[in-house]
Order: sequence, then C-alpha cells, then structure tokens
Amino acid sequence: MGMNLTLKVWRQKGPQDEGRMVTYRVEDVSPDMSFLEMLDVLNEGLILEGDDPIAFDHDCREGICGMCGMVINGVAHGEQVATTTCQLHMRHFADNAVITIEPWRAAPFPVVKDLVVDRSAFDRIIQAGGFVSVPAGSAPDAHSVPVKKDDADAAFDAATCIGCGACVAACPNGSASLFTAAKITHLGLLPQGQPERDSRARAMVEQMDAEGFGGCTNTGECTAVCPKGIPLDTIARMNHDFLKASR
Amino acid sequence: MAVTGAILVLFLLGHMAGNLKSFFGAEAFNTYAEFLRTMGEPLVPRRVLLTLVEVVLTASVVLHMWSAVSLARRARKARPVKYAAKRKSQAGGYATHIMRWGGLTILLFVVWHLLDLTFGVVNPAGWDGTPYEKLVEGFAPSRWWVTAFYVLAVVMVGLHLRHGLWSAFQTLGLAGSRSYRPLKAVAAVVSAVLVLGFLVVPVAVMIGVIK
Amino acid sequence: MTNYTVGEPIRDTRAPEGPIEDRWEKRKFSAKLVNPANKRKLHVIVVGTGLAGGSAAATLGELGYNVTSFCYQDSPRRAHSIAAQGGINAAKNYRGDGDSIYRLFYDTVKGGDFRARESNVYRLAQVSVNIIDQAVAQGVPFAREYGGLLDTRSFGGAQVSRTFYARGQTGQQLLLGAYQALERQIAAGTVKMNTRHEMLDLIVSDGRARGVIVRDMVTGEIERHLADAVVLASGGYGNVFFLSTNAKGCNTTAIWRAHRRGAMFANPCYTQIHPTCIPVSGEYQSKLTLMSESLRNDGRVWVPVKAGDDRPASQIPEDERDYYLERIYPAFGNLVPRDIASRAAKNVCDEGRGVGPGGLGVYLDFADAIRRLGREAVEKKYGNLFEMYERITGEDPYTQPMRIYPAVHYTMGGLWVDYDLQSTIPGLFVIGEANFSDHGANRLGASALMQGLADGYFVLPTTIGDYLANGPYGEIDEQAVAEAETAVREKIERLLSVDGDRTPDSYHRELGKLMWDYCGMERTEESLRKALERIPELREEFWRNVKVSGTAEELNQVLERAGRVADFFDLAELMCLDALHRTESCGGHFRAESQDADGEALRDDENFAYVAAWEYGEQGPVLHREELDYEYVKMSQRSYK
Ligand SMILES: Cc1cc2nc3c(=O)[nH]c(=O)nc-3n(C[C@H](O)[C@H](O)[C@H](O)COP(=O)(O)OP(=O)(O)OC[C@H]3O[C@@H](n4cnc5c(N)ncnc54)[C@H](O)[C@@H]3O)c2cc1C
Ligand code: HEM
Ligand code: HEM
Ligand code: SF4
Ligand code: F3S
Ligand code: FES
Repeated sequence: MGMNLTLKVWRQKGPQDEGRMVTYRVEDVSPDMSFLEMLDVLNEGLILEGDDPIAFDHDCREGICGMCGMVINGVAHGEQVATTTCQLHMRHFADNAVITIEPWRAAPFPVVKDLVVDRSAFDRIIQAGGFVSVPAGSAPDAHSVPVKKDDADAAFDAATCIGCGACVAACPNGSASLFTAAKITHLGLLPQGQPERDSRARAMVEQMDAEGFGGCTNTGECTAVCPKGIPLDTIARMNHDFLKASR
Repeated sequence: MAVTGAILVLFLLGHMAGNLKSFFGAEAFNTYAEFLRTMGEPLVPRRVLLTLVEVVLTASVVLHMWSAVSLARRARKARPVKYAAKRKSQAGGYATHIMRWGGLTILLFVVWHLLDLTFGVVNPAGWDGTPYEKLVEGFAPSRWWVTAFYVLAVVMVGLHLRHGLWSAFQTLGLAGSRSYRPLKAVAAVVSAVLVLGFLVVPVAVMIGVIK
Repeated sequence: MTNYTVGEPIRDTRAPEGPIEDRWEKRKFSAKLVNPANKRKLHVIVVGTGLAGGSAAATLGELGYNVTSFCYQDSPRRAHSIAAQGGINAAKNYRGDGDSIYRLFYDTVKGGDFRARESNVYRLAQVSVNIIDQAVAQGVPFAREYGGLLDTRSFGGAQVSRTFYARGQTGQQLLLGAYQALERQIAAGTVKMNTRHEMLDLIVSDGRARGVIVRDMVTGEIERHLADAVVLASGGYGNVFFLSTNAKGCNTTAIWRAHRRGAMFANPCYTQIHPTCIPVSGEYQSKLTLMSESLRNDGRVWVPVKAGDDRPASQIPEDERDYYLERIYPAFGNLVPRDIASRAAKNVCDEGRGVGPGGLGVYLDFADAIRRLGREAVEKKYGNLFEMYERITGEDPYTQPMRIYPAVHYTMGGLWVDYDLQSTIPGLFVIGEANFSDHGANRLGASALMQGLADGYFVLPTTIGDYLANGPYGEIDEQAVAEAETAVREKIERLLSVDGDRTPDSYHRELGKLMWDYCGMERTEESLRKALERIPELREEFWRNVKVSGTAEELNQVLERAGRVADFFDLAELMCLDALHRTESCGGHFRAESQDADGEALRDDENFAYVAAWEYGEQGPVLHREELDYEYVKMSQRSYK
C-alpha cells in the first residue's frame, strides 16, 4: 500500500553552477516515513546507479537542530504547521502527488549544492550582539536576581528559535526579522540582558541589513511557517528597541 | 514608512469629515473649502497653512513612496532567484500582499483625483467651478465610470489601511502580543469607516441625494 | 579478533591526594599559570562545538588563547547537545530537600555502578553549582516558579529535586548559551571558527598532539591545522548501532583516529540504552526519537499479562494488564534508573508480551494521570512531547497509550583521560561525551549536560593552562604532518575507488543491527564471539564492495558517511572485545551470565573494579587496567527494589 510520487527537485552542482529542476519518481513510499527518509530511499537508488544523490542538510532529525529545511510545494518546511522538514511525514501527502522541492531562496543564503544553503549570515547576526557578556566563572549566584515568571516564559518562547532560516525563505521580502527579533526579545526580556539591550538591538539589526536581507513589511509569513511558532510581537519588540537605541 | 503613512491616515480622516459636509448643502461645503484656505487668518496670510499642509502631505507621499520603492528593491535584491513552485501564503490575509499594488492604484487615483476635483482639468465644472459644483458635476450619473473608479480606489485605500494601520504600530514597536487583536480590529473598523465615509458622497451625488 | 594482550596497569597521576573536598582546589592552585602576554601566542585547537567544545572554546578565547574551532555542521549552534531534553543536575539544594555536593557525588558514583573515579565525580558535583550560575547569567531561560526563582524537578532515579530544566529543551538552551559566548569570541577575534570541516586525523609530533588534519566538506580540500594543544569534544559514538537517538552525523572518527595515534580508549562497551524512545516503524527508519524520561513521572508502563494479546489497549481490562515496573520495583516503580527500565522492557518483549509492530514496544499510559490531574495539566507539562509523538506516529497519546521501546542513547566509554582531562597522548585533551567520563558504567539522567559544561567552562580551561605553561614544545615535525595528511588522502581515494554495489548506509545498517543483536541490551559470551566473527567479515566486504559516488573535491555526503562507517567497524570490534572480556554485569553492560536470582545485574568487584583502557596495537589491542579505589562511597550492590 505504498505511495507513488513524482518529485521535482532543484539540482545544482556547486555555488557557481547553474541549477535546474529535475524530475524523479519514487515508488512504494510508506506513509510512516519522514520526508527525509523518503529522500534517503531515493538517494540510495541514485548512488547505486552511480548518480549524484541529492544533497540536503540534516542532523538531529527530530526538529531541534535547525539544520534541515527545504521549500516543499512552495512552503518552507512544507504545509504541515509548526513542523520542520525532518518531522514532516509522508502520511500528509496524497498518492501520486507531484512534489516540488527547492532550497531556501535568499541572496544572503547562497546555494552550496542542491538543497544545501549557506546560513552563516545568521551566525554573524548573533556575533554582532546576540549574547550577554559574561566570562566563565564571573557569574553571581543564580538566585541573586529573580525573574518574573511571565518574562521568563515569554523570553523562553522567543529563545526556542532553532535558526533554521524558514522565516527568511518564506518572507516575501527575504527578511531575517523574525530570527533576529527572536534573539533580541529573548535577551531583552531578561534582567541579565538589560545592560547590552540597546547596543545589541542596534548592532544586530545593522548586521542583518548589512548581510543583504530584505526589510520587514509585516506580512507575517515568517511566523506562519516557523517550526517553533516564534510570535510576531518579537518583531515589534525589535523595532521598539532599535528605534529607542537609534534615537 | 509608518510615520508618513500615519500622516496620510490623519489627512484622510480629516478629508473624509470634510467631504461629509457636502450633505449639508453647497453652502456648508464651499464654506468649508474656503475655511481650508483661510485657516489661521489673520495670524498667517491666506492659504499659508493650507499650503503647509499640502507641503507636508506631498512630502509624506513622496517619502512614503520612496520607502515603499526602496523596500521593494531591497526585497528583490534579497531574493534574486525566485521559487519555481507558486508560493502559497501561509499567513492568510490578502490585504498584506497587495500593499504595493494597492499603493500604486492609490497613487494613480490621487493624480486623477487632483486633476479632477482640485484643478478641475478633467472635471465638467472646469478649473473655476466651486468645489461643490465640481463634486456634483464630477459624479453626475452620466459619468458613472468616474464613480466606479473612485469606488475601486477607495476600496483599495481601505484594504491598504486594514493592513497598514496595525502594521504601522508594529513598525514603530508599539504593538505587543496582547494588542494584536484589538489593533487589528481597530484597523478594520477605521478602514471600514473611511471607505464608507468616502463612498457615501459620490454615491449620494450619483443617485441624486446631493445635487 | 578475540585476542588481546595485557599491558602495564595505568594510573591517574594528576588527582591530588587528601580530603576529597579539597582536591580540586589543590589542583587549581598547583596548576601553573600562563603569562597573559603569552596566551595570544599559544594556539589551541578545539574539535566540536557541543556543550563541551563550545563552552571550552569560548572560555579559552576569553582567557586570551588563540583558538581554532571545528564542527561538521553548518553552524556551531547545531551540535548534537541541542537535542537534550530533560535537564541538568546541580547540587544547589535550592529546595532544601537534603541535597548537597556530597549527595550528588554519592548518587553519581552509585548510579555509575562503582566504575567511576571518586575524585572526578566529586569535582563534577562541586562545579555543577557554578554551571547554573554561569548559564543564568548568560540568559539561559530555565524554568521558574511564580516567585521568580528557579524551578527544579526530580529525574530518573534521584530522590531529591536537583534537575534544572528549560521545558523539554534544556540542551538547546544551554547550548545556545555556550554558542552565543562562542560567537562573542569569534567576533572578538580570539576564536576562529571552521564550520563544515571534519577532523580526519590527529597530528602527533615528538609524542605530543600538535594539530589535526581536516577536510573542508564544501570544497573537499584537505587542510592541516597546527597548534600547541588539541582538545577533542566530538561527542559520543552511539551511532555505531546505526539506529540511536543521536544526531545522524554523530561519529567516532575524531576519537578513533586519535586512538589509532596512541590515545587509549576506555570502557568502549559501556552503552546506555534509554527506556523511553519511539519504537521502530519500518526498514527505512533512519533514527530513533527519544521521549523525555520525565514522562515516567506521570506515565505508567504496562504490557498485557498474556503473551500474544493483540487487542487494542483500550480493550484490555485493568486486571489483564501488567504494570511490571510497579510490580517488580515497588519502591521506585516507573522511576527506576534507565538500565533497569530498559532491560525490564526487553524482558517482557522477549516473553512475547510486547505491543505494536513486531511486538517491540510497551505502553506508557497517561490515562490515570489525565484522570487525576486533568487533561489540561498534562498538556501543560508534556504538551510538546505529546505533539512530537503524534507527529511521528500519527497516534494521539491523549486517547491511546504511547508505545515506547529502549534505544541506544549515550556512550559512557571514550578516550581515557586523567584528572586533568588529558589523554595518554600529551597535549591531547578530551572533554564531554568523547572522554570515558565521570559516569562509570551508567550515566544518571541529566548528568551529561552537567559534565560537558563542567569540563568546558571550568575544568579544562584550568588544566590545559598547566600543560601550556610548560611550552612551547618546539618545531613540529614536518614528516609527521605529511604522513597524517597522506593517510587521510589515501583513505579517501580508497573509498572512492572501490566502486562496488552496496551503499555505505546499507553496511552501516547491517553493522548496527549486528551490534544491537549481539552487543546491545544483553550480551553473552556466545553473542559477542559471533559478533567478533561477523564484524571483520562485513568490514572486509565493505572495503571490497562499497559504492561511493561523486568525487573528493566537492560536497559529497556519501563520502562523509563512508568514512565514518569505516571507523565504526573498527570501533565495533573493540566494543565487543571489551564486552567479552568484562564477564561481569555493571550499569550499561549486562552480561547474561552474570545475574542474580532475580535477574538483576551482578557486579564482580573482585575482578573488575577497574577501568579498561585499550591501547591500539598493530598486533591487536593491549589492555591497561586502572584500578578504582573507593575511599568515600562503600561499594555495594545497587538495589532499586
Ligand atoms: C536525545 C538525547 C537527549 C538527551 N538528553 C539529555 C538530558 O536531558 N540531560 C543530559 O544531561 N544529557 C542528555 N543527553 C546526553 C547529552 O546530550 C550528550 O551527552 C552531550 O550533549 C554531549 O555533548 P558533547 O559536547 O560532548 O558532544 P556533542 O554535543 O555531540 O558535540 C559534538 C561536536 O563535535 C563535532 N564533531 C564530531 N565529530 C567531528 C569530526 N570528526 N570533526 C569535526 N567535528 C566533529 C560536532 O560537529 C559537534 O559540534 C541526551 C542525549 C540525546 C541523544
Ligand atoms: C494616501 C495614501 C496612502 C496612505 C494613507 C498610506 C498609508 C499607509 C500606512 C499607514 C502604512 C503602514 C506603514 C507601516 O506599517 O510601516 C502603509 C504601508 C505601505 N504603503 Fe501606504 N499609504 C498610502 C499610499 C501609498 C502609496 C501611494 C504607496 C505606493 C506607491 C504605498 C505603499 C505602501 C507600502 C508598500 C506599504 C507597506 C510597508 C510597511 O508596512 O511598512 N502607500 N501605507
Ligand atoms: C471618494 C471620495 C472623495 C471625494 C468626494 C473627495 C473630494 C475631494 C475634493 C472636493 C477635493 C478638493 C478640495 C479643495 O480643492 O478644496 C479633494 C482634494 C484632495 N483629495 Fe479627495 N476626495 C475623495 C477621496 C480621496 C481619497 C481616497 C484620497 C487619497 C487617497 C484623496 C486625496 C485628496 C488630495 C490629496 C486632495 C488635495 C488636497 C489639497 O489640495 O489640499 N481624496 N478631494
Ligand atoms: S524564527 Fe522560526 S523560522 Fe526563523 S530561524 Fe528561528 S525557528 Fe526558524
Ligand atoms: S514574513 Fe517578512 S515581512 Fe516581516 S512579518 Fe515576517 S519578516
Ligand atoms: S534535522 Fe534537525 S531540525 Fe530537522
């Protein structure tokens, strides 16, 4: 009772090469397979035929490392809400479906190969200020500063970002606002993050712009595809802190 | 973007209120138009304040458009290669996705509108008609297509603002998770009021309530 | 390879003598300091950016050393530590429930079934307190109570509430804290980060670790990086079983290559099997997903009383269910330590009472908890886990019991290190899960995160200074470098040139199955001998018949996997040998021949109270024993009844 599928996959040999969509058939796919396992099966076949298997990023395969990610039928991580590509299962597809698979598309995320993109721009945004400066061993007792539970919970919601980049992939403007705002919100809500709050917001937003991401026009596509449901008010918070810091 | 947008919204609110004066007859409307020009007299000379308003408005429109264009250009640069599959909106809300087209329509409309009711170039009442005459003649039933164009444009304005209004709060960092629902509701109500407020006038003219 | 020779015993010469509470202070004081002006000139390589490597690189950078860091993912933030769910232990005693450094020390030694060093474990318990302070200061959003103070919970087998947690994502939040500290140093220029780089060999010059050979996984370029000291923080090797809860890329290559270059490998057979994982659903399965152990706080484990009972759970009446953990271990019930819960599950499945496809599963039932606490409360506590379960299985755990089965989760073995975390190769330090660690034969829940961060933030930065202060260690022998580089190139070329007709994954799968069947939850002399016969055959076939497509000069994921599988073969053999030679049962190593009348693990302290440190030898492995003495915690049989 396996499913038969037609895949249209973006193939690109290297960063400088031209890419194109290539069509594959996969047969007898179990509905219990994950999307990546379905690709594994296709790849095993390609290897044996001496073809280049489809390169894609993945590691944890349980929705937490943020390594996987592809645009499936026009939707980042596929249409299943709050789900990473690795946690998407084939039972959500119809038999004989045609599935298009593309890499994240954004100038600051150049394609490395096939579905693999370079997301180091995210690391550089964090480098600009996504931290609290506290050398090991210099910390006061953990209970010396209580944190309101509401703040701690809201900070946590923002902190769950896995850095996958789906927000950028989905944003009509190619904006990295949700990712950047998530970190600004996480640290900005905690007492420990206060001393660097202004400089952090300014530096991170400036780095985001310098990387070539687009601007946010509040279309909300990012939250809708975000596997961790990072809320849109993080962006309001980022704007607030940024405007305050820029005054 | 948000600041200029907000200025334009304030103008629209005032403008709508003014337009509604046409229901009180030619006198009231023309007096209102005249008032616009004599505002502040004798402290400031005739038309100075109005001109000031016009300058601010023009600047806002220009800046607003400039930000819109630069945002669009950044967006294009940020995604040089498009997706092959048609991207499906996951956020819903078509209003958010027609901001640029909406804006463009509004722009075209304003040009026409100025030629029509301010300068009277395309208006049967001509350059020297009183504002009230321009209004009544411009929306005469025989010129139903003008009215239709206005309706379309005003609906566009409504849609633009339904997103734009709460979006401005978001952009200015004044929104929070708890304020989204009320904000969006307010945006929807204000847009609806504006649309209705603007539309009753041409429609009233067309069906002869105002003549 | 059932033959090995026995070499000289080995001793840890770095742990100070004297009262256990003072040892770490003493060592810190006796460690030589490096002149701040010289630190910049001292170059340290750190392989791995998990909790251990990330925190170490950041801290060494803060101290002013010149650090180069590597990871195989596209960002240091994605190291496997990110997946840890449950929590991190610390002897803060914020609850006032009788916890203390000494108690954490005691529980860890006992939990490890008396196969860990007292000095190390005591230090770990001491440092645990600082980890929480450090993490909180970095902005790690641990769970809090309404008063604004940190919340804790009790975790698998502990009777005090000492586990700090951040919902079900503790590892993620701790790793992001370390990652952010690391990125700060990268921005400051003290750490140079190389992502998508895989370490393929260690450079040993004049008997000292002086660098690594890495492959740029994007361009395929083979690079040499030289340094004054090398730190391996490359994680565990549970993926030798193919199916495990580890991330797909976890590998043994870094430590195995170091082993080949002279670092001893300790206790390779100690493997932890986690009792609560989602069972395998089919042949194509690529990995197993862990369900946090915290589920056992409220879920009840059961199987049907009758073997072969294939009615759906809802149709099995209460008196035909066997809540076997509650029955066998009334004192701890569903909360017995991992090894015990895992083996109990295996036993009931072996009796034919397992549920789900292939009878490889037991129920974890929340019906009682939902009745008692209400659905909402259960949702609040476990909502994200339930969702994850439903996403994977398509079944709703609110209305039907979850199915769980044990899976390979953690490896207590690793490179042998002394109290300074230095391996048997001078200048090679090993931290985190990659070393043979402080957990003895069995790691307690929430202790791996603690150990990784203790090593990285607090222990290594002190002890490595002592080594570096004695430097510089002179010119690096160009021949040693060239030799290592050539070895790497040759291995790659060899893999590419076989051009057979089986994929690396298919070999890995077969090796994993073999290991699970013969060297898994229960080991016997017979099974291990069989494995030791099969592994070399399979390896020989691998080298004759593997198919690696593509070239070496590009991003080639097949080549990456093939290289890792090749090392897993060698490691698997050593694991089986270690398991065969240790004829006792202890912690994560259960030898069927060594059990008591009730079927519980039976240790043999007389003959096996030692760390088995294996030296690589062309003529076969050489065993060096490190005797373990217990001055503070009296050796006793573990009992959870
Ligand atoms: C699902 C799951 C849940 C867990 N939950 C808990 C828990 O609740 N509490 C707890 O205490 N412990 C838990 N553990 C155990 C704990 O997560 C790990 O033991 C710990 O995170 C290991 O950290 P590490 O820094 O040693 O290695 P890792 O985090 O595995 O990092 C390894 C690093 O080495 C790099 N690397 C590896 N090989 C190479 C190479 N050849 N070349 C270059 N780089 C390389 C990788 O890129 C990575 O950066 C859990 C484990 C799993 C699998
Ligand atoms: C008089 C008419 C107009 C009014 C009242 C108006 C008002 C607004 C407001 C309030 C916003 C939200 C700002 C924000 O969220 O930052 C907005 C956004 C926008 N407007 Fe207009 N606008 C008008 C005309 C135009 C025109 C002529 C264009 C284009 C040529 C345009 C294009 C846009 C775009 C693209 C946005 C989205 C940007 C964003 O949300 O930040 N608008 N507009
Ligand atoms: C459909 C209903 C509308 C009616 C009946 C109407 C009517 C008028 C009239 C009569 C004038 C001339 C006033 C004067 O010269 O004193 C005017 C000016 C103007 N209108 Fe409208 N208008 C309408 C909608 C709009 C909309 C939707 C916009 C903008 C998006 C707009 C923008 C303007 C502008 C910019 C001016 C010029 C103001 C000035 O010169 O100070 N109007 N309008
Ligand atoms: S905000 Fe969401 S979509 Fe964006 S990187 Fe983070 S987790 Fe991914
Ligand atoms: S989709 Fe893009 S426009 Fe803003 S709200 Fe999200 S970043
Ligand atoms: S592979 Fe880690 S999130 Fe998908």
